[in-house]
Amino acid sequence: MTEQLPGPYEKIDLKKKDKDMLKKRYKQIKYEVGEAVGVIAAQSISEPATQTTLRAYHSEGRTQLVTTKGLPRLIELFDARKIPKTPTMEIYLDKEHNNKEDARKIAAKIKETKLKHILKEDSIDLINLRIELVPDSTLLQNLDITTESIITLIKKSIKHINISCENEVIMIEIAQDKKPDFTISDLQSIRVRARNLFTKGIKGIEQAIVECENNQWIIKTLGSNLKRVLKMPGIDASRITSNNIFEVAKVLGIEAARNAIIKETITTMREQGVDTDVRHLLLVADAMTNDGTIQAIGRYGLAGQKSSVLSRANFEETVKHLTNAASGGEIDPLESVIENIIIGNIAPIGTGMIKLKVKD
Amino acid sequence: MSEKDILSHELVSEHKILTKNESQKILSQLNVKPDRLPKMRDTDPVVEIIGAKVGDIVEITRDSPTAGKTKYYRVVIPE
Repeated sequence: MTEQLPGPYEKIDLKKKDKDMLKKRYKQIKYEVGEAVGVIAAQSISEPATQTTLRAYHSEGRTQLVTTKGLPRLIELFDARKIPKTPTMEIYLDKEHNNKEDARKIAAKIKETKLKHILKEDSIDLINLRIELVPDSTLLQNLDITTESIITLIKKSIKHINISCENEVIMIEIAQDKKPDFTISDLQSIRVRARNLFTKGIKGIEQAIVECENNQWIIKTLGSNLKRVLKMPGIDASRITSNNIFEVAKVLGIEAARNAIIKETITTMREQGVDTDVRHLLLVADAMTNDGTIQAIGRYGLAGQKSSVLSRANFEETVKHLTNAASGGEIDPLESVIENIIIGNIAPIGTGMIKLKVKD
Repeated sequence: MSEKDILSHELVSEHKILTKNESQKILSQLNVKPDRLPKMRDTDPVVEIIGAKVGDIVEITRDSPTAGKTKYYRVVIPE
């Protein structure tokens, strides 16, 4: 196909006859006024989507990051879930930091680090009744954390304890005033709390993996926090993406969210080997972002907000819509397709859209 | 990164506030009233940066995968 159509036609020297032919063909392939583009889009997306489930294959244990793919991901996108099942980010690096070492360093900074991740050893000393924490000194150096900062962190978050440090071993004891009525299980609960203290990184980023694609180092993360990562030095802020559409809308605006919906749906479908025309997805994305927020396609989103009662009743929850409309005295102006089909009128679609005006 | 940089993000299309005259022209050209246009909220980060007010019409120049550059219009509404 690409061999038959050489580039945009303005750039080539064409005779007037050929140009006219091209213009004529272009007009022919455009949709007519009154064409039911929504229905065509719905079918063009759903039919191949049913095939994707059949083609989905077992990918557990193959990749490092297991993300939602195929039909479940498409449903997630069109249902406009607030938080996707596997939120991920792709972080690109700027020119100066586009190498393995810097990528590793930035990934370590981004990843949420709890205290337990940097401990070499943690135990309860039953004789002296205290908790002993031994941080891993190489990890501390890599992550740029000091033993003092760990101590202040523990002091700030856990009350009624005495804390001391000796030979890089942090010791936690129960404070004097609480000593008479405490048990070993209290000590144990303090240890668990200390282990789960948030020490470094960005909250919500569970994993950060460094990959190289075409000489470009990329950090792929599990968990998403666009706002915080955008402010980090060393990253290319113009290319970072998240697969959480609501986050994109909040941080980059509704137009960016619309572009993200298109990008996510098209990559999800292409991954499964489905070749849907992108124009159907453009239509769906425009409809989803039409009112300035992201709306789902379904009974709580677009379909639930149709002005016509019969049209809503036709979709889902028929009785609910009809009783509500009856008790509220709603009027159906019969302007759309479905209600006219129910009534038996000519639906305003295709040639049915044209109305005649008689001149007296 | 400063706040303004989100305008240079690859997902963010070019936004421009239309003047009174331009909006009148566009509305008559499209034969619509402002409330029939697609909307965007005044809390939208891009709206806040370019400083659009409620009622303004914003012209968005999109990169279209099928038609090069396309123009799209959104009217700013309160949250």
